[in-house]
Amino acid sequence: MELNEQEKLLVSVIADGLPLVPRPFAEIGRFVSMDEDAVIRSLSNMVAGGIIKRFGLIVRHHELGYRANAMTVWDIPDDRVADIGRSFGQADCVTLCYRRPRRLPDWPYNLFCMVHGREREAVLEQIEQLARSMGLEDAPRDVLFSGRRFKQRGAHYDATPETLERTA
Amino acid sequence: MKQQTVTLDATDRAIINDLQGGFPLSEEPFADAARDLGIDGHELMVRIDRMLKNGALSRFGPMYHAEKMGGGLTLAAIKVPEDDFENIAGIVNEFAEVAHNYARDHALNMWFVIATETPERVDEVISEIEVATGLKVHNMPKIDEFFVGLRFEA
Repeated sequence: MELNEQEKLLVSVIADGLPLVPRPFAEIGRFVSMDEDAVIRSLSNMVAGGIIKRFGLIVRHHELGYRANAMTVWDIPDDRVADIGRSFGQADCVTLCYRRPRRLPDWPYNLFCMVHGREREAVLEQIEQLARSMGLEDAPRDVLFSGRRFKQRGAHYDATPETLERTA
Repeated sequence: MKQQTVTLDATDRAIINDLQGGFPLSEEPFADAARDLGIDGHELMVRIDRMLKNGALSRFGPMYHAEKMGGGLTLAAIKVPEDDFENIAGIVNEFAEVAHNYARDHALNMWFVIATETPERVDEVISEIEVATGLKVHNMPKIDEFFVGLRFEA
């Protein structure tokens, strides 16, 4: 899906957020010389085309009490990783699940799941259950909790890193 | 950086749980969304405004797909000597393309997202960070995406 110049402008204008007024799409339209209908149609197309992954509220999970943010990583044989990744993705506790390259010798893991919770112990128990559910108790894995958060936003671009997915 | 847990009432929680996944693309979206929540559009706007200000929400709007926008996106990690951590974090965070930089418990102890305007720029930024820090940057772009829900029950 290719965006035209007007749509690129629209993307840039709404990147920071929707105005809190009764008819926000009409208001946005005034900035980009589009009428309300055209703005709504264009945004609907972007959602349908996947350019906008989600349109809505974006929460700060720390502030909601989700302090235990566990990047759970596994070394899964390449011929099984897609099946296991899809299964992990079905689990309620998993918020993101990606396959990534190993970087040997420093990094032997190829499957990444984010598990967020309020307490570390509960998160570790969920991860243990996840492993058991797939018969992966003995698969090499590690759980990397996050410590300090150094940077949550950086702004420079039509869609700033802040407006993109949280974990690439 | 706010680290305290914010206070939300039942209506705030219902708003978060309802509107993370989507927001109506209609002429009067606040009024439409509010109807299901048992409040009116004005109150919904007031509550969203308050949650943006108290830090429960980071934004209210679109979350873009980097690659479909024509940009580059990756996850990167560095093994940073413990006593040099603050210094290296400062250097890495100077890069406008770096977002979501977290310390994590592992030999690879610094993890961050790189988001660039073009896919080619990812490798350039990695090289620039390596030069600036003198440390190896491990690039771990996604190969497959199995699930991206990222919703939080409030």
